[in-house]
Amino acid sequence: MNFKLKDIVPQLITVLAVVLVFGFFTYNAQINMENRGIDFGYGFLSQESSFDVQFSLIEYDGSHSYFRAYLVGLLNTILVSVIGIIIATILGVIVGIARLSPNYLINKFAAFYVEFFRNIPLLLQIFFWYFAALRALPLPQDAEAMFGVFFLTIKGLYVPAFIWQNFNIFFYSIIAAIIAIIVIRAHAKKVQENQGKQIPVFLISIGLIFILPLLSFLIGGVRLSFEVPVLKQLATTSFIYEGGVSLPPELIALTLSLSLYTATFIAECVRAGIQGVGKGQKEAAASIGLTPNQVLKLVIMPQALRIIIPPTTNQYLNLTKNSSLAAAIAYPDLVLVFAGTALMQTGKAIEIVSITMFTYLTLSISISILMNWYNKKIAIQEK
Amino acid sequence: MSSINFLKPDRTNLNTFLYLGSFLFFISILDVFLNSFFRLNLTGFLPNFLSFLLPLILGFMGLYFIRIEYSGIKNLDLLNKHINTNNFNAVLSLLIIFIIIKSLPPILSWFVIDASFAGDTKDVCTGSGACWTYIKVWMRRFMYGMYPNAEQWRINLSFVALVLLGSVGYFATDKFKKYLTLYYVVIYPLIAFLFIFFFISGGPVFFDFSYGIIAAILSIIIGFFIPSKFKFYYFLIVPLALYVILKYFLFFEEYIELGKLDGLNWVETGAWGGLSLTFIISFFCLIFCFPIGMAFALGRRSEFPLIRYISVGFIEFWRGVPLITVLFMSAVMFPMFLPEDFFIDKLVRAIIAISLFEAAYVAEVIRGGLQALPRGQYEAAKSLGMGYWKMHIFVILPQALKLVIPGIANTFLALVKDTPLIFVVGLLEIVGMLNLAKTNPKWLGFAMEGYVFAAIIFWIICYAMSKYSYNLEQKYKTDR
Repeated sequence: MNFKLKDIVPQLITVLAVVLVFGFFTYNAQINMENRGIDFGYGFLSQESSFDVQFSLIEYDGSHSYFRAYLVGLLNTILVSVIGIIIATILGVIVGIARLSPNYLINKFAAFYVEFFRNIPLLLQIFFWYFAALRALPLPQDAEAMFGVFFLTIKGLYVPAFIWQNFNIFFYSIIAAIIAIIVIRAHAKKVQENQGKQIPVFLISIGLIFILPLLSFLIGGVRLSFEVPVLKQLATTSFIYEGGVSLPPELIALTLSLSLYTATFIAECVRAGIQGVGKGQKEAAASIGLTPNQVLKLVIMPQALRIIIPPTTNQYLNLTKNSSLAAAIAYPDLVLVFAGTALMQTGKAIEIVSITMFTYLTLSISISILMNWYNKKIAIQEK
Repeated sequence: MSSINFLKPDRTNLNTFLYLGSFLFFISILDVFLNSFFRLNLTGFLPNFLSFLLPLILGFMGLYFIRIEYSGIKNLDLLNKHINTNNFNAVLSLLIIFIIIKSLPPILSWFVIDASFAGDTKDVCTGSGACWTYIKVWMRRFMYGMYPNAEQWRINLSFVALVLLGSVGYFATDKFKKYLTLYYVVIYPLIAFLFIFFFISGGPVFFDFSYGIIAAILSIIIGFFIPSKFKFYYFLIVPLALYVILKYFLFFEEYIELGKLDGLNWVETGAWGGLSLTFIISFFCLIFCFPIGMAFALGRRSEFPLIRYISVGFIEFWRGVPLITVLFMSAVMFPMFLPEDFFIDKLVRAIIAISLFEAAYVAEVIRGGLQALPRGQYEAAKSLGMGYWKMHIFVILPQALKLVIPGIANTFLALVKDTPLIFVVGLLEIVGMLNLAKTNPKWLGFAMEGYVFAAIIFWIICYAMSKYSYNLEQKYKTDR
């Protein structure tokens, strides 16, 4: 090994600078905290939080700990992200394909949608839906039922609740169906490679995924009933709906704007992916006698997905990070519950902000590690 | 005359099919049109369900009849090719046409016909349309925030001057073209900073900040004359030294006071706001995040492992957290990290936070460009005897940056769209001002108008930027 001063010095200086800056910050933080009489530590997490959260997926009230408040916020963040991702993906794929349509009107309509929603700040869109559009909805007592069971009011969306009996049997039946499909697919692939016969996997899968849960209803003793929300009068002018599940307007505004906004980016990813597959591939596949469906399934999609998936995952990450804008309309997500209310109450700025950032960091880094692994797996093996 | 098979339109009975199809199509459009513009329901006598579906069925039949391949009529062929290729497309086209016709009247009436423009009180807004009077009355607040009315000429003057100075590049003769990069990277930001420092703030707001800027720019200028061998060490030491010299030995407060223009009141940054603040923040973050991002992109590809790890850590950290938590950090956590007597203005803190955040994204974009360059470029530059800095400045970066223009433009677009988030630190740009205005008891109930107004402004800015970047991309596209 040949050590060169030229190689060592720049690194040393950089590291020294970083250490100095961090040391400076830590030193100041210590002095500042001493002066203000704050002690550093994460012990507050187990203390009683004594604040309420208006919407939570798990049982929570003021008597629970700060850590449980953190979980409430985290779950709310995940809830809005997952719903947003599902809607954005469906919408994005449709719009992305529509962008490639030979139909002039559809093409321009999709382009208009993309250009319109992409160029307006997300926060503005959230405000628009929450403060302007959803505020124009009727009061609970004036709301008209959609399909007889949904009630969209200024206080949120009321949907019927599912009441299950023997839900676990239903759940197992779905799991069994999925396992059966995987087994059949593997078997079909083997048969095709060995004997050249094709088994109609798709039809069998569809049949399985419907029939097994159906069987669980018929013979498994699974019962499903709906609890429809009913209007109830509290006072002369105050009404609420009882029963069913209520989705707060904050959640609706947030999911709506997040998915409308992110769908534009996903649409562009999908378009770029499909356009990225060479025309020759399509023609070659057609010339060896594949049907248009097979061309799409066996030739275009596997190659297009290779281009589509990495940027789309990035968009999922963006959506998750953007869900922190919830704080602006008081949807109790991680930032609002933890970095907002809990920070105000405890004054533990460094601890709380660092936990919040660390949570998001873990989320994105784990997804990007998964992504890199996937990318390596599907990458074309070049010599 | 041959018999007509109505299920199979063909060329032999072209005219029959054409007249019939166009008539049905016309009827269906007319029905929807009358329905939406004049509230006339021609098919009101039919059951509800049918009267809703009738135009769709009629239009579909019409489009089916005129779908004749190679008819010989140019317009018909074009129409068929573009909106009427098969049944599915025909239905979709019809639906889109209907949606457009249906949605035009309410939109038009809200925006223009029923809207109120005149007057300057809430009382004039009685119609069912938009109340643009509200926007008119609050226009100054939306544009300038809480900046005093009497002083707003300072913002206007600065912006006009900066736009004029910024357009110098278009008028430069060939002789000066080679200095343009220097002008835009060093001189123009300095002038812009001085304008904002002296005119818009009118006082020593950016106190420590100004020394830093001056030190950085001075050291860059001197840096051009330093031999490349020492450049790295030079840039490690000199900017900091210059800053210390400027702050503690040369520039005393009297100089700043001397530099103040007579008669200008100091306007604290808390009063800045509205669209002008959006511009100021975007402008400065844009200037800062670019060099920082470039440095980290180079650091990530450096051959020194420690520098590489630090760069990767920096980039991944900022890319992994949402901007809102970064601003939270700059608001509540950052002051804890500074000496007690040390105060940084919250606008400056926000600008630093956003710049660092966007710099990580810029770094990744530039890294993409660096990776896309073929190795031959590096090897060729090295074989000419160029050092690290010379190679990057004259060979690598010009090509890499050309490659990543769309990515950079997207990052800048994201930056502009992220500026409304500064409400977290208590600064109110245009969206923040809207939220403030809509809670004013005298002007309740006009949230919609405000958001639509802001959306239009942002849309124009962002759309123009994306189109401009597209043009740049086309202009610099070099085939390889």
